[in-house]
Order: sequence, then C-alpha cells, then structure tokens
Amino acid sequence: MALLQISEPGQSTAPHQHRLAAGIDLGTTNSLVATLRSGLPTVLNDEQGRAILPSVVRYDQSGVSIVGVEARDTAFEDPHNTISSVKRLIGLSAEDIAASHPLLKIEATDDTVPRLATAAGGKTAIEVSAEILSSLKTRAEKSLGGELTGVVITVPAYFDDTQRQATKDAAQLAGLKILRLINEPTAAAIAYGIDQKDSDTTIAVYDLGGGTFDISILRLERGVFEVLATAGNTALGGDDIDSAIVQWITGQGTISVGEDAGLQRKLLDVAKKAKHALSEADTTTIELRYQDIEWVGELARDQFEALIGSLIEKSIASCKRALNDADLEPSAIDEVVMVGGSTRVPAVRQTVSDFFAQDVLTSINPDEVVALGAAIQADILAGNKPDSDLLLLDVVPLSLGIETMGGLTEHIISRNTTIPVARAQEFTTYKDGQSAMALHIVQGERDLVQDCRSLGRFELRGIPAMVAGQARIQVIFQVDADGLLTVSALEKTSGVAAEVHIKPSYGLSDTEIESMILDSMKHAKQDVQSRMLHEQRVEVDRTIEALDAAMQKDGDKFLDAQEQAAIGEAKAKVLLAREGDDSEAIKKSLRALEATSEQYVARRMNASVGEVMRGKSINNYDEQETTS
Amino acid sequence: MAITLTDAAADRVKTFMDNRGKGIGLRLAVRTTGCSGMAYVIEFADELDESDVVFEDNDVTVVVDPKSLVYLDGTELDFGKEGLNEGFKFRNPNVKDECGCGESFTV
Repeated sequence: MALLQISEPGQSTAPHQHRLAAGIDLGTTNSLVATLRSGLPTVLNDEQGRAILPSVVRYDQSGVSIVGVEARDTAFEDPHNTISSVKRLIGLSAEDIAASHPLLKIEATDDTVPRLATAAGGKTAIEVSAEILSSLKTRAEKSLGGELTGVVITVPAYFDDTQRQATKDAAQLAGLKILRLINEPTAAAIAYGIDQKDSDTTIAVYDLGGGTFDISILRLERGVFEVLATAGNTALGGDDIDSAIVQWITGQGTISVGEDAGLQRKLLDVAKKAKHALSEADTTTIELRYQDIEWVGELARDQFEALIGSLIEKSIASCKRALNDADLEPSAIDEVVMVGGSTRVPAVRQTVSDFFAQDVLTSINPDEVVALGAAIQADILAGNKPDSDLLLLDVVPLSLGIETMGGLTEHIISRNTTIPVARAQEFTTYKDGQSAMALHIVQGERDLVQDCRSLGRFELRGIPAMVAGQARIQVIFQVDADGLLTVSALEKTSGVAAEVHIKPSYGLSDTEIESMILDSMKHAKQDVQSRMLHEQRVEVDRTIEALDAAMQKDGDKFLDAQEQAAIGEAKAKVLLAREGDDSEAIKKSLRALEATSEQYVARRMNASVGEVMRGKSINNYDEQETTS
Repeated sequence: MAITLTDAAADRVKTFMDNRGKGIGLRLAVRTTGCSGMAYVIEFADELDESDVVFEDNDVTVVVDPKSLVYLDGTELDFGKEGLNEGFKFRNPNVKDECGCGESFTV
C-alpha cells in the first residue's frame, strides 16, 4: 500500500513520479538528512531511530567501509583506517594537509589530489565524503520510498570554489543529483522562515558545533542572501567544553589519566552526561567508576559556567571580528540564529543574547536546523511548491489531455494548474509493428473524448517496427506563460519526434468553460460507467487481436479440434458481451476466455523456450557466459 | 455519502495544517491516470469550489469534488508507517484492483 504525502494545491504528481527531495547537512563531526513530509520539515532517522550520522568512515582490507556510529565507536581499535573530520581536508592540496594535519599519512602519488593511506588503498577526501553522502542517500530513499530527484547540500559560508566543487564531486560520486549548494548559515535562516520576510534583514548565525565555531553575518535583500562577513575558530566546540569538565574531574579527584585510552573515553562519557544534565538542572552528580578508580562529585551550574567562560569569550571575540569586517554594530543585527548542539548550554545562549542585546532564536533543534533549512530549499527547487510566491501566474482553465484507445481521455495537465507548466507522460504502441501514432489533443473534464473539446491532431510517424508495448513514446504538454500549448511526442528508442502548437482557450468564453466543468460534475456517475465499459472493450480488442494472431500462426499445431472449438466458443461469448453495455459481463467473459486458452499459452511458451535451447549443450552455455 | 479519518490520520493532518499556517482543509480527489486507471490526489485545500462536497470528521475538514466522490465514497483515510517510510493510506471500499504499489486502482 502506498504511503502518500499531502501536496500543495495543484502540485500533485502522477503515481511513481513524486519529486522526492532532501536537504543534507554534511558536517565536520556529524551529518544529517532532512525532507519535507506533507509540508513539514523533518529530519530522517536511521533504523535505530538516530538522526545524527557521525561523519566518520572506517575502511577495512577488503575495501568495505563502515560509516557512522559504529565507525566512530570503534575508531580506537583501528585509528589509522578510521577517518573523521574529513570535511577539514576536502579541497585541500597535499601541502595544505601536511601543514594542517601532520599526523595523517598521505600516499605519494602523481596526481594532484592527495590520498589518505588506508587498508583499502588510498582514499581522497572526496571519496570519503561520498561514503557519508551515500549512507544518507540510502537512508533517505528508504524513508521516502523512492529514488531522490535531487538534494541540497550545505557548506560553510567560507568554503572557496575548490572546496565547493569538491563537495559537488563527492555528491556525484555518491550518485546524488545536486540541486544547489547553499551556505550553512543561509540554511539555518531559511529554517526559521527569515527568507519570507518582506523587509530587508541583517542576520547573525552563531554556530557552535562539536569541533568548530563559525559566526556569519548575512544580509537578506529582496529575497537574496548575501554573506557580509564570516569569522570563526576551527578548534573551538563542544569537545572543548567536554575537555574542560574532564580536567575539572581529574583535578578534583587527583586522577592521573596517562595513556589509558579506556579511562579517557570513560571520562569523556561522564563529562558529556554532566554537560547535558546542566542544560536543564542547576546541579548534577558525577560518578566515575573505572577499574579501581571510584570518584563521586557534585558539579553546580555556576561552577560549570566558570569552567567554560573563557571558551565562550573566545567565540564572542570572533563575533566582534565578524561585525568589524561587516562594518556593523551589534545593534544593527535584526535576528540571531543559534546553530549547533553546544548552543543548548544556557550560558552560551545568555552570553550571545547579552552581546547582541536581543533574544536569540532557539526554538528549532540546533543540531537539525541547517538540514531542515536545506530540505525546505530542496523541496522548492525540486518543484513541489507553487511558484506563486515568485511570479504573477495564471492557471489552466480546463484539463488538457489526449485521446487513448477506446475514445477515453487521459488528462496530462489538470485544471487549475498554474502556468507556465510542462508535464510529460509515456505511452506505448497498441499493435505489433505499429509505425505511426495519432495524437488527438482534447480539453475538458469528461472521461469520453466525444464529450470534450477537440483542440487538434497530429501524427508521430516513423516508429520502428516493434512488438506492441515496446515503443516508448513520451508526450510532453507545455503551456507557456501566455497560455500557449505545445504538444510534442518523442519515440525514445529511435528519437523520432513531432510537435504542434495550439492556443487552447481560443474561442471559449468564461461561461462556456464553466458549463463544461459543471457538465463533468453532473455526468460524473455516468462517466464512470462509460469509462469502465470502454476500458473493458479495449481490453477485449487487445486480447482477441493477440489470440487471433497466435491461432493463425500455430493454432493447428498446439490445439486439437475440440480445444479449438472451446476457444472459439469462449471468444464468441466475449464478442457478444462486448456488444452489450455491462462492463462486468464483459470482464467475466474475458476471464473465461483467458481460462480456456491457458493451456494453449503454456504450450506456446514451452515450445518457444525449447526452440532457443535446441542444439546447444549445457557446456555451450557455460562457455558463452564466460566469454560474454 | 461520507469520507472519514482515523485518529492517527486526523492527528497528522492537524499537525501539517498547523505547520502550514493556512488552508481550509484537506482535498481528496482521484485522477484518471496511473498504472491501473485511477490515482489518488491528496492536497491542502485553500479554496472551496461551489460544487465541492465538504465533510467534517475528527475535527478535520475534508473537501471532495463531486466527480471524485463517486470513486471515493466510504473511504477511510489512515496514517501509517512501513519501515522508515510513513504516510497516508486510502481505505477505499470501491476498489477492486490495485497496482502493486497501491498508488493507483480500478473500480
């Protein structure tokens, strides 16, 4: 059973043609993917219900990679093959990396892109990022039940062209279509709906993540975001807050950590727990039990704030620098957006709020806000929002479609769709060897072509000879901003094409349009009946045509006289029912015919399989397989 | 003639409507397309056409045009999860055949 989402008015897509879009926050420490479900921005969780994917990739000798929590938590077992914070390396040259990350092993290669030495061979930062993106892609496609049309990926505002291009390359490698790269602070502002404001706005985005701090000053003018200034500290984040608590614990308990990796992890665990507790409570109890070490202590919020005061001050220094670069006073900022898990710390919020002398925006989960903003942007770019916010638009007054077999209307553009619009639908041939297709373009809401208005006809000729149903004819309806309809048809396997221009509303007054719509309402029930009847008749014609063709070819070979007579009898019943107007009776007689000819179909199938295999031994097949 | 919603569906619709911040209700319709003939349409409704039929169930306003109602009468809208995916389902008593995906159907 399909799971459907609510669309914006007039934006529903045909079945299996949903424009699935996602926003990806490809972070230094953590990554997330989000989408819009029935208009609501939502972060997508993995099977364990976790939203956050740690940006950590571990390679093993067989070339298999593990991404996320498992890779992060087992990093200490295999530190040389576990790559974290790859975002810091993307787009950098070998010299840049040697200077900034002296501990990483770079493979000596001829090409200009540096490769990190791993058990699975040299990996570029682009390849490692692609592993993370690929994992998010899989999660999104499982959550949305289909392939992604496109994604928006966020990058830091200070990323240069090389870093942006490298991010795009990573997405391509992961099999993702990039709709756009947007700046992380811009995405955060979009998540808060600041882009919907009518007046020009100046925004500060304070992003305190796991390992990095960024402050961006943005200016929104007539719907366009401009980055005025960025500043930050690549070694300031939540990890430093944790370390400050660890130092306090080891100092209080006179615990010597030394090289004990297990104790280090344990200490970080309890420190993180204390930090989270102090976002809500005024005081928290820290219990450390590790081998023969046992220590219990109480940490109050004001003590904690004193510990991290200097860290927060560092971030404020960056804010001052950014404002200075933008040539602005703190009071010139209209909105302050808080991003990153560390902005949950009340002291951080308070200090930033004091500095900018205003309330800061914290209502959206600070870990998710960037991904959510990217998802909103992706949804618009994928075409799921009416463009009415952007342009003055008109609508199609009556549905536009084509005639299909049996005199039925197939609507391609629905009534009230905003223009300009383009919709495509695929059709196929009805008979074996069919070389042309007549397209009859109609306007109206009724199910039968005879009750709709004919707009024009054209033919697509030169379809190469194929079995019925094999040709793929794409029919595109395009209505431009002036209401001009262009219908084009393209046979995809051969490239044969034809098109026609029509002005659909020509000659129809408003009252005529209205009466055509009202007619369709009045005749709804009757239309349903006639649609079913016509559909059944088409089905009969198709079945009988195929049956007759087969019988003529090999009916005598596979059927004895009695069987032929039985089929003939069933066929006569079908043809008799077809003359009547009871669609159920036609359906029943058709089922009976199918049952009668079942044996015949099976025999033909077996014979044709035998034909292909004749004269070839099993060995032949093996050989063929190995050489092909 | 009626269209109903399960508690789960009504709950989600209300959340999505609140988030959107505008609209008069939910529009359900069928369109003659798809792999087995008809396809469901589920959209936010901003306007009411004169001929629309309006239902109230579980505090949700459901709008259906009379042509679609022929196919949808008696339908119960549900909301459910399958693996990581989630969304609305039509429980439509008029349906005789469905395509494998359930996105389109015949009556």
